[in-house]
Amino acid sequence: MRSMATTINQNSDCNPNDWLTAHGDYLYRFALVRLRDTHLAEDAVQETLLAALKNSSSFTGKSSARTWLTGILKHKIVDLIRHAQKEQPLYEDDPAEEMMEPGMDEFFDDAGHWAEKPSSLGDPARLLEQQQFWHILQNCLDRLPKKLARLFMLREVEEEDNETICKELEITATNAWVMLYRSRMGLRKCVEMHWAERGVHDKALDS
Amino acid sequence: MIRRSILRRLEVNCKEISRIASQAMDRPLTLRERISVWMHLGICDPCRQFVAQLRLLRAVLKQQSRHAENDSNVVLSNSAREVIREALHQHLH
Repeated sequence: MRSMATTINQNSDCNPNDWLTAHGDYLYRFALVRLRDTHLAEDAVQETLLAALKNSSSFTGKSSARTWLTGILKHKIVDLIRHAQKEQPLYEDDPAEEMMEPGMDEFFDDAGHWAEKPSSLGDPARLLEQQQFWHILQNCLDRLPKKLARLFMLREVEEEDNETICKELEITATNAWVMLYRSRMGLRKCVEMHWAERGVHDKALDS
Repeated sequence: MIRRSILRRLEVNCKEISRIASQAMDRPLTLRERISVWMHLGICDPCRQFVAQLRLLRAVLKQQSRHAENDSNVVLSNSAREVIREALHQHLH
């Protein structure tokens, strides 16, 4: 048993030809979550495996091949986001950006009070697992300008702190805070609206 | 009088609180900011809901992303897999 396990391990971990088969789908999903674009995610997988091949001698086997490849992929994802960021300067984004302009005024009245007051979405422990809530959240993420959505995902999903992300993306902390604030304001409003609008039938099922 | 003016300076509106609460997700707040937020949240339910929503969004994104990373229904398309295989092959030969 033991030798068989070792052989399997060697086959998929130490032979670069098998990395695509053994880890390609996982790397693709990992990239897709963060880049929210199938073509970019495919590019990221390809670049990761090419880089891994070129540097396969630096794979020591101390960690699993998947962990090692994921480490390379993380850098590739940040590179792709940084390039996309540079090609489209901050506020000249897709038309969706106009939705977010001019700033936060649409969310507040002149005195700085909420134009529409945020209200409770429900029990957090239940929402955490609810597929319908996740679908709404994803749809709302897709309505954000891509640039905002990607920075937001990087920040919320990765364990990395804001400073590291800013350094990697070559943006200032202030810039990141503004973009993250915009993302959160847009996203929470969109989620709250669609969550409240879901069918009466679904609500009955929930309770 | 003096105390009241200090308090007033720490009083900020919902718009400002929303900005600080968002930054609280990304950096440690200053003492002054923390006091302002604490004072405001004590009397403002919509802002408390706002803070709860930001935390919820982060928790759901973290959790569901982990699920999505391991969702074996989502795979590379055959065409993409071929393109990548070809690129790797060219590199090897």
